[in-house]
Amino acid sequence: MAKHHVTTTINGEEAEYLCEPQETLLDVLRDEVGLTGTKEGCSSGDCGACSVMLDGRLVCSCLVLGVEAQGKTVETIEGMADGEELHPLQQKFLEEAALQCGFCTPGVLIAAKALLDTNNNPTETEVRYWLAGNLCRCTGYDKIVRAVMDTAADMRGA
Amino acid sequence: MNEQPKQFKWVGTRTIRPDGVDKVTGRAMYGADLTLPGMLEGKVVRSPHAHAKIISIDTSKAAAMDGVKAVVTAADMPLADPTPVASGEAMINLRDLSDNVIAREKVLYEGQTVAAVAATSADIAERAAALIEVEYEVLPHVIDVLEAMKDDAPVLHDYMFTGGIKPKPEKASNVANRVEFSLGDIEAGFAAADVVIEKNFTTEPVHQGYIEPHAVVADMGPDGKVDVFCSSQGHFMVRAFVAGLLKIDMSKIKVTAAEIGGGFGGKTTVYLEPLAVMLSRKAGRPVRMVMSRDEVFRASGPTSGAALTIKMGATKDGRITAGDATLYFQAGAWPGSPVGPAAMTAFAPYDLENVKVVGFDVVSNRQKVVAYRAPGAPISEYGVESIMDELASELGIDPLEFRAMNGAKEGTQAAYGVKFGTIGMQETIAAAQATEHYKIPLGPNQGRGVATGFWFNIGGESCAGIRINEDGSVSLTEGSPDIGGSRASMAIMAAETLGIDVNKVKPSVVDTDATGYAFVTGGSRVTFATGMAVVDASKAAIDEMRARAAMIWDVDVDGVVWEDGHAKPASTNVGDFEPMSLAELAKVANKTGGPISGHADINAKGAGPGFGTHICDVEVDPDTGFVTVLRYTAIQDVGRAIHPSYVEGQLQGGAAQGIGWALNEEYIYDADGKLENPGFLDYRVPVASDLPMIDAILVEVPNPTHPFGVRGVGEVPIIPPLAAVNNAVAAATGVRFNALPLSPPAILAGLADKE
Repeated sequence: MAKHHVTTTINGEEAEYLCEPQETLLDVLRDEVGLTGTKEGCSSGDCGACSVMLDGRLVCSCLVLGVEAQGKTVETIEGMADGEELHPLQQKFLEEAALQCGFCTPGVLIAAKALLDTNNNPTETEVRYWLAGNLCRCTGYDKIVRAVMDTAADMRGA
Repeated sequence: MNEQPKQFKWVGTRTIRPDGVDKVTGRAMYGADLTLPGMLEGKVVRSPHAHAKIISIDTSKAAAMDGVKAVVTAADMPLADPTPVASGEAMINLRDLSDNVIAREKVLYEGQTVAAVAATSADIAERAAALIEVEYEVLPHVIDVLEAMKDDAPVLHDYMFTGGIKPKPEKASNVANRVEFSLGDIEAGFAAADVVIEKNFTTEPVHQGYIEPHAVVADMGPDGKVDVFCSSQGHFMVRAFVAGLLKIDMSKIKVTAAEIGGGFGGKTTVYLEPLAVMLSRKAGRPVRMVMSRDEVFRASGPTSGAALTIKMGATKDGRITAGDATLYFQAGAWPGSPVGPAAMTAFAPYDLENVKVVGFDVVSNRQKVVAYRAPGAPISEYGVESIMDELASELGIDPLEFRAMNGAKEGTQAAYGVKFGTIGMQETIAAAQATEHYKIPLGPNQGRGVATGFWFNIGGESCAGIRINEDGSVSLTEGSPDIGGSRASMAIMAAETLGIDVNKVKPSVVDTDATGYAFVTGGSRVTFATGMAVVDASKAAIDEMRARAAMIWDVDVDGVVWEDGHAKPASTNVGDFEPMSLAELAKVANKTGGPISGHADINAKGAGPGFGTHICDVEVDPDTGFVTVLRYTAIQDVGRAIHPSYVEGQLQGGAAQGIGWALNEEYIYDADGKLENPGFLDYRVPVASDLPMIDAILVEVPNPTHPFGVRGVGEVPIIPPLAAVNNAVAAATGVRFNALPLSPPAILAGLADKE
């Protein structure tokens, strides 16, 4: 099967890869580009572990084909920190223990950042509904929701 | 008994976990994240039938496909000895385990592995798997536990005769085993009761629901050495099972524990690991295998569904006189349900004189159950705690007060054999009574439920090594896969013992060649048992540093004490020496005898039993039957919280899983015995918008056998929610439900019956 040549921007850098037509963006990120921070939990868009930003929109990368990233920008968990400087959400998740096994964490962080980028003062209900597509089986969500709200408060105060 | 200092520098603080940055930046390596040069991808062929005889398997078309490097069937696996070995918290028969890894003569559930393929890409492996032709003779199947016990039920194993019954039955059946625990005289107990309530209950099988699917990379060289990298709750367990199934010396197998994306008991056995080793051996290349979510639901987990009969009696003044329970547990296709611990825990929260519990372990055509957080206890205690609520209501006693009146305390004799030592059952009830939550007024269609829970907690084998590096930093190695922050607590316990900054300690979970044996991460044992090993190893390093200081000062070692990270003269009689810090001793180690380390290889005893009390408020929509959890408080005696945030996290996460069990989660089969909901869309675990904040209240009644007072905490929190939710729904609706899950259709049916 002929592979497709795709040129895209990943975490601010131009990237190229070859992918088969049926490969998902998730497959491509993990297996072709080597960015394994984006996780596969279900491959059906139900768990959110593979959340990435595609042209500024929050998507499940398992529901996007690799070829669809042609000419677009992709942001993954690997691009969230600025060098050694963690994003305030990453820092708050550590301080407030908003992760246990950590497997859902990359997807949760990407989704939470997408929320705070558009709404810097979300209510608890807004956070809960925004993150309803990101399954976490360890935490019961309590510390995740608090960490997102506390980050928002810090960022508003900054 | 250890002396427990009251003041701690690190214990009880909320440090940043050592593996945290890796996990928020995507750098952490989970089971599916490793790629090796030349690595192949493996896929599995699974049975489409619930019960069938395998007539033939033709792999020739698959093997001939371009890119296919190996195909394996049961013919490639040695016939295992039917010898029971430890698997998580249960014993398993290696022959049964072998059949579950790859079917030999019969398939016993839909989704059971019959063959596996390794190819140069996942896509090729999948297409090759589809070319493997398996001829089956379909047999009648049975799914339900009570159906499976009937005389005319299809029998899964013609060699299985019910154990625990004398004389041995004459006919093979699906009942693998009968267990019984009793105390006193229940007939007399019920005769003394003013109120007796007896009810039947059912629960459905529920999956552990870890978000990371099972994943492994295996690499076997021509010299017979095997490297395995996998997501598991015990890499020594993986080593033992791979060695046992494939008849390879353990010394030739090195297993590295990947970061684990959740387990909850479900990763205390092997599925893919032996297959990946078999494929790698055939292909001469590394092989990666990763389950799809569909495969996770069909072929791994869950815990048992069950049918229960619970009978309890009490006097008018609120004293429980007897408890009687009969438990029928689905084991899946081979024996080994958690009916034993379910029977042992059923009435354990209470100080009862007359108890009888009988349990049956029943096979049926479902995947083999595996441990799920406090295996069995949520099920039996759900029944007992639901009856407790009804008794309290009949007697007009507050349900928490009723539990306090009958609750276990130090010296209580439990029906399963032990006499409790220092426990915090009563303290959790008192803490629940003191909450604001318990006093908040409720509105229409709202109800409040409470329940308690008990779990043994275990100790077991753990090893730890402390190495004092030349610069005074400390490398800590141990072998318990870190499922929820245990490295943070290990670092805290080492720093506290050594008297140094916690950031000077780097804890690592190292491979099976690099540390001594550790039993699985399960039974709420890691912070207790591995923590004890870490403290012992730290103390051994301290003794070595005291000896080094004694050598430098030319005094007897007994004249040197260790305080606040320094060797000091024990008194002015010893001499006037400047205290030497750990870093100073490390710096001169090469002049005082060489590297400094401490090790501990232990089998930890004295795990402290755990008790929890939960309060749940719900609102039931009378039009839709939908249950909303309004408020939730989880209270638990944790002994001592080493890292309170991660302890709270255990309470919150366990409560959420229990709420899912109570309200949403169940396996649904069609008439052919095929699973109908093998995905997160139709098997609905709680999502963020389903839950309120979960208040976690830590009660600390220190465990006297642990140097810092630790009790295991991970399992208790999943026990009370089932009954707490059930009791809250009863309070909201006036209907006592006796089947989980309390899904909207079930609630509507119950409300209709009431009218």
